[in-house]
Amino acid sequence: MPLGMAVETVGLGRRFGRRWALAEVTLTVARGQRVMLTGRNGSGKTTLLRVLASLLSPDRGSVRVCGGDVVQDREAVRHHVALLGHYSGHYEALTALQNLQVAARFLGQDASREAIRARLDQFGLAARADDAVSTFSAGMRKRLALARTMMQPATVVLLDEPYGELDVDGFALVDGLLESMRAEGRTVLMSTHLLERGRELCEHAVALEAGRLTWAGPSADMPQHSAWSERQRGAA
Amino acid sequence: MNELWAALGKDLLLQWRTRTQAVAVFVFGAAALLLFSFASGPAAELLRRQAAGFLWLGLMLCSTLALADSFQSESEQRAMEALLLLPASARALYYGKALANWVQLALLGVALVPLMVVLYDAGTRRVVPLFGVILLGSAGLSAPGTLYAGMTAQMRARQTLLPLLLFPLVVPVLLSSVKATSLILTGDPMGQARSWTTLLAAFDLIYWSLCGVVFPKVVEE
Repeated sequence: MPLGMAVETVGLGRRFGRRWALAEVTLTVARGQRVMLTGRNGSGKTTLLRVLASLLSPDRGSVRVCGGDVVQDREAVRHHVALLGHYSGHYEALTALQNLQVAARFLGQDASREAIRARLDQFGLAARADDAVSTFSAGMRKRLALARTMMQPATVVLLDEPYGELDVDGFALVDGLLESMRAEGRTVLMSTHLLERGRELCEHAVALEAGRLTWAGPSADMPQHSAWSERQRGAA
Repeated sequence: MNELWAALGKDLLLQWRTRTQAVAVFVFGAAALLLFSFASGPAAELLRRQAAGFLWLGLMLCSTLALADSFQSESEQRAMEALLLLPASARALYYGKALANWVQLALLGVALVPLMVVLYDAGTRRVVPLFGVILLGSAGLSAPGTLYAGMTAQMRARQTLLPLLLFPLVVPVLLSSVKATSLILTGDPMGQARSWTTLLAAFDLIYWSLCGVVFPKVVEE
């Protein structure tokens, strides 16, 4: 693996039953890069992020994150990776504060009420700190999931549609987080359908189609003429 | 060790926040004990002799509900997956949950004892040994039960599969628990209760050791 590579996949294939969700995906991401991952629904974006997070094992090819193999060195890889997935990963019965306290205790961080409230305040949830997550809206759950993801001192951050369900303030929150991660030198892979926004925030882009990598390069050079890309811009 | 405490704290907190479910499980157990007494008929001596068996059958039936519930909150929003990515050790997560389930099942067993005494006229002054057997027996249900509840949590037929997988495995625990409890309730002139209790403790040791090794393979894909 070349020095400085945060992510390298070679011939990655992953199937569910008889259907290949990813096929022959070869991709390299340098450390500190911000990469936008685009593609239609079902094109394999979430599967790719889950493989990189070591939650799914590849059926073919190899996947290395920060030099570690996602199957052989799973534990080591997880010290470098944080994933914001489609599921919030929270306990519905616990309050927002308790959920972050649980994460802080596992991470060996300050789990005091004051410290966690300060973090919730950063994500606009301080007023609802003592409410059960089951009473939260989808956007609030996403904010809480973002708060937990950002607690991890990960060098590679995987964001699966981070703007989904968020309001305008939430969009600004995610933009700010991406900026701060760039300043910290973290690597970010972000799947999104918001092509223009992604182009502004990420230097590189990767497009998937039916599980295959169809384009990779600087996001400014990304083809803008495909019918799908036009539709995405229209929707955004 | 810190992770184990974090996991145990998390599971005890979850149990406290969802304590109405524990009350429902207790009511289910109480109903089962009541139905067993109806099914056996009014013969007082027969009821007294079968009291230990009914108590453990009731607790075993309750355990499938309590154990399945304990993974409901993990699978709703894939919370355990999020913890594994922190990264938390799968083994610590297992032992934390198994210990919390043990506490819940032991309390449930202790809470069912007064009902057993009333319904089956099976009182005893040997309360400490009786609670000791309940502690050991519930440990024998909790360790494999937590493992199988974790295995079946994502499956559609989990409510059927959990007892199907668990019950055959815990037959030795059931047998030794019933025998030890029965000897405590009806008298133990030959001093056999100690042997059954030792056997029960041995099975506990095996289950708690093996299940902790197997669980990480179960939760990882």
